[in-house]
Amino acid sequence: MDRKRRSRRELYTKDICACSIFGAMNRDGDRFTGEGVMKAIASMRVRGNGLGGGFAAYGIYPDNRDLYAFHLMFTGPTDVARRAAKKELEAFLARKFEVFFDEEIPTDDGVVVRDPPLIWRYFVLPRKEGDDAEMTDGDYIVREIMAVNTKIENAYVFSSGKNMGCFKGVGYPEEIGEYFMLDRLYRGHTWTVHGRFPTNTQAWWGGAHPFGLLDTTVVHNGEVSSYGTNRWYLEMYGYACTLQTDTEVIAYAADLLMRRQKLPIEIVAKILAPPIWAAIDRMDEKEKRLLTALRMTYGPLLMNGPFAVIIGETGRMVGLTDRIRLRPLTAATRGEMFYISSEEASIRLISPHLDRVWTPKGGEPVIAEMKGFEKGFERIC
Amino acid sequence: MRSFVFPEFEVIRDEERCGSCRGCERQCAFGTHTYDPVADRLVSDDHKCAGCQRCVIFCPQKAIVVRPSPSFYRPNASWTREKIEDLKRQAETGGVLLTGCGSDKPFRIYWDHILLNASQVTNPSIDPLREPMELRTFLGRKPEMLEISSKDGEVEIRTELYPNLTVETPILFSAMSFGAISYNAFKSLATAACRSGTYFNTGEGGLPREMRSEFGRCAIVQVASGRFGIDAEYLNVAQAVEIKVGQGAKPGIGGHLPGEKVSLAVAETRMIPQGTDAISPAPHHDIYSIEDLSTLIYALKEATNYEKPISVKIAAVHNFAAIASGIVRAGADIIAIDGLRGGTGAAPKAIRDNVGIPTELAISSLDRRLREEGIRNRCSIIAAGGFRSSSDVIKAIALGADAVYIGSAALIAMGCTLCQKCYTGNCNWGICTQNPRLSGRLNVEIASTRLSNLISAWSHEIREMLGGMGINALESLRGNRDHLRGVGLYEWELDVLGIKGAGE
Amino acid sequence: MMIKAAVPKGRPSSVPKAGVSAGTGAVSIDAAGLETRELNDRLRELQLSGTKRVEISNVCGQRYIGTRLYTPEGQQMEIDICGTAGNDLAAFLSGHKITVDGNAQDGVGNTMDSGEVVVRGRAGDVLGFSMRGGEIYVRDGCGYRAALHMKDCEGKRPVLVVGGGAQDFLGEYMAGGVVIILDLDGESHDANFMGTGMHGGVIYLRGTARDDQVGAQVDISPADEADRELIEEYVSRYLDRFPEVEMTKEEILASPFVRLTPRSKRPYSGLYAY
Repeated sequence: MDRKRRSRRELYTKDICACSIFGAMNRDGDRFTGEGVMKAIASMRVRGNGLGGGFAAYGIYPDNRDLYAFHLMFTGPTDVARRAAKKELEAFLARKFEVFFDEEIPTDDGVVVRDPPLIWRYFVLPRKEGDDAEMTDGDYIVREIMAVNTKIENAYVFSSGKNMGCFKGVGYPEEIGEYFMLDRLYRGHTWTVHGRFPTNTQAWWGGAHPFGLLDTTVVHNGEVSSYGTNRWYLEMYGYACTLQTDTEVIAYAADLLMRRQKLPIEIVAKILAPPIWAAIDRMDEKEKRLLTALRMTYGPLLMNGPFAVIIGETGRMVGLTDRIRLRPLTAATRGEMFYISSEEASIRLISPHLDRVWTPKGGEPVIAEMKGFEKGFERIC
Repeated sequence: MRSFVFPEFEVIRDEERCGSCRGCERQCAFGTHTYDPVADRLVSDDHKCAGCQRCVIFCPQKAIVVRPSPSFYRPNASWTREKIEDLKRQAETGGVLLTGCGSDKPFRIYWDHILLNASQVTNPSIDPLREPMELRTFLGRKPEMLEISSKDGEVEIRTELYPNLTVETPILFSAMSFGAISYNAFKSLATAACRSGTYFNTGEGGLPREMRSEFGRCAIVQVASGRFGIDAEYLNVAQAVEIKVGQGAKPGIGGHLPGEKVSLAVAETRMIPQGTDAISPAPHHDIYSIEDLSTLIYALKEATNYEKPISVKIAAVHNFAAIASGIVRAGADIIAIDGLRGGTGAAPKAIRDNVGIPTELAISSLDRRLREEGIRNRCSIIAAGGFRSSSDVIKAIALGADAVYIGSAALIAMGCTLCQKCYTGNCNWGICTQNPRLSGRLNVEIASTRLSNLISAWSHEIREMLGGMGINALESLRGNRDHLRGVGLYEWELDVLGIKGAGE
Repeated sequence: MMIKAAVPKGRPSSVPKAGVSAGTGAVSIDAAGLETRELNDRLRELQLSGTKRVEISNVCGQRYIGTRLYTPEGQQMEIDICGTAGNDLAAFLSGHKITVDGNAQDGVGNTMDSGEVVVRGRAGDVLGFSMRGGEIYVRDGCGYRAALHMKDCEGKRPVLVVGGGAQDFLGEYMAGGVVIILDLDGESHDANFMGTGMHGGVIYLRGTARDDQVGAQVDISPADEADRELIEEYVSRYLDRFPEVEMTKEEILASPFVRLTPRSKRPYSGLYAY
């Protein structure tokens, strides 16, 4: 079928997927390898189908903590196409960023994965010139990432924070973890993980979770029925929804609300998963006024339909479900460790003796913060 | 409140012929006809007539004609009579408009725009009266390949074979529950299915205990959102289990079997208290996501010891092909896809006539999607929704379906006239009612014979058409779009159907 | 919640795989590393070979335990699980008694027909969904949508007793059966949308509930004498199963109870235009 001819009618296509999610944080900031989270997510294998897995790891590049670590995927059908995309990307980076060094992200070739793209990382700082000098680093980087992802064919920035990185691909998450050797090469203080169950198979490595911008990452279970509306709103703010999945709108909404608009996470949770009107009507005047204003202003960012997400940032990990909790989420603590998972059993597998296990309420965030975590965008570590 | 709605039908009685036998009065459960003892004649209240034609056919004197009422509002292309009257009914009741049967709206019927091929000269057509003509079909997951070992001349299959349903003709009876339809109608379907080498589907109303041992062998049992009548025996006596997620007539919503239809027998079969509303919630409340569906699929596989194929029935909606692909990956062995014109015992009219996509387009895009993803052999496709004749069935097979479900066609075989009043419980044909006086009118032996006759006639016609195309086994037509051509269709429609235009 | 001693979770396996333990005559299975299907294959084999009692250690997320144990002859088994039982524990359960020494996840007793499930810990969401018979006892709390569309029939009346609290949508679409939420944590009961669409059965809450916490189809009234007799019976059974709970029956019953009942068997009869 000639899709181009009909592109105005096909507003977008979107993959639907459902999944398992897991997160672990050491609130003292002690770093640990990806081995445990790989084991935990592997235990929820039945929730995925081997068509996507990924990790966000915080605190993994301490030697370069002041540089933005860009992880790039070059996905062309042939090696020539991938190299061409890389060349084009590097020319772009040279114009817009100071690149301190770059390298291929090491992989274990003994692990069999399907159609792996070329995966490279660049440690950079923005080079803001002319009018751009006024911009914050964040705004500048987000704008340029959107440019890469929409304009450079076969190149895709999938990780862009400082002292953190996403690793993802097509396969079961533990396979992806082994492919990137996360159990051997990296130590982080916070890990979030995703096992994916998409309803189609375009072996698109970029479609795996986490999705992230700067150091905010999202792993997601569910389907956002309001995707069209969320996207319609976010596009006005310069977010290009190119990845054919509803998870990216959550990541962009988090970026818009938390980084750009500097709203606290408790408020963001009430935007993404607001209380129903009947509950708002019962609140006291002040609270009612706040929640009414939030729904009036941010109605298009209500994430409707079932979802459970873990939003990661440097020093913080937030679990949130939709307002009527259509997807499962269990939280647990053991000493300084904080866990969030789709299923309790996967937490028990790596930490059999827990201090506390609970099921958060729908629309109410569970927040794990590292000691010394301060609100705002300048992070600890 | 006085109703401002015209009667839909006009009852005309030939007073010369009428013998005042009062047969019409007895036949009509809507109370259209009453006897006036003073005048010694029958009078009819047009307002009550559902247009089901029962009295017309059963009048011994052939004295009655029922036809659409000729009254009219000022003609208006936008405000049609139907729109005006629906609006008035809602103004009078404040309720949701209910209706029955499949949508009667003039959406394009693609079957009528698709033509079949026939052999001429280069390969011979086959005469099904004398030569073998095979319709046997297996429904369920097929292995990717067979690993065969051969030792001392003993050949052995080493690959695990998945459970499959075997049908002798690619026509199954669609899900219609006991409760929605009468016991006799339900039993007629079961009887005919067993006799014709095919299957009936219990719908979500359970399988009466006394029917289990005899009819389990040709039953597909349903697990729907209301979870009525489900116990381990129910799951294990059947040959396949179908998870009903959606229905073509009402995608995305559930249903309420009103308490007055929940008779003692219905209550026992559904395993609920007599007289309560049997509520089927819109979703399965243990399925909010594709991996939850997978959980239920495997729960059912566990509950049936991995011995039965598990089907998942969904309505054809905009993005259903991607969803169906996920369903196959979630472990379903059969996908049943119910299109826009699928029937129902009761559905809100706003939903029935406005939600979903046509079956024909759905079959083609689903088949294409699954093949593109390389998972077509992991499941079979049963198409449902608006099959009216054997030619519709054979075209569906050529578009990629493995078999079809017929619902309305089966009911029509038993006497239904598609009057769309199923939800009233007053079905004069004894089909869609729990009133024993009405359901007693449907004789199981006669009704099941009519159903078997239909299956036999359609199967024979399918053989004739196959033979004409030079094909003697149905599997050679499956997905064989080369034998189809479109007429009067737009380019995009031909694209979606994956067929050429006539003469191309 | 007051518990005398921490319950051992994931007890280390000291018994050989599928060995017979001398004391109880029970067959033991070490589930460590077993896939769901492998574990349930073993259980089915044991059932078919006439085993009456099985102890499973190191359960960690394996699903559908008890689901594959239907036989037309109805052989019964007792299963003791140590660890965290996976989703859909006891789904479609047909008789049998299952005890979990640990927590259970989502979907316990899904469409359960008969039998008994005891969870010495907490349970997840959709507990007792569409359950038609049998009894479930959960020592601690449970998640969202417990007792959703629970129903009774043919002399079967399902019972769900939860020691802790329940979250939103408790008893939604409930059509029969008895639910008792003891809320022993002492935290006030804060679930919303309780009994939405309820058209049968009864829910008892220890403590009170506000009108805005229940669906429009539900009446709240204080438990009467007959109710309290029923509650007492099930509190006794609850305490029999969980001797580690420190409260006595008298202490539990000293609190007021409210009863949630449906206003109609036909909650949606006025919805349609005919």
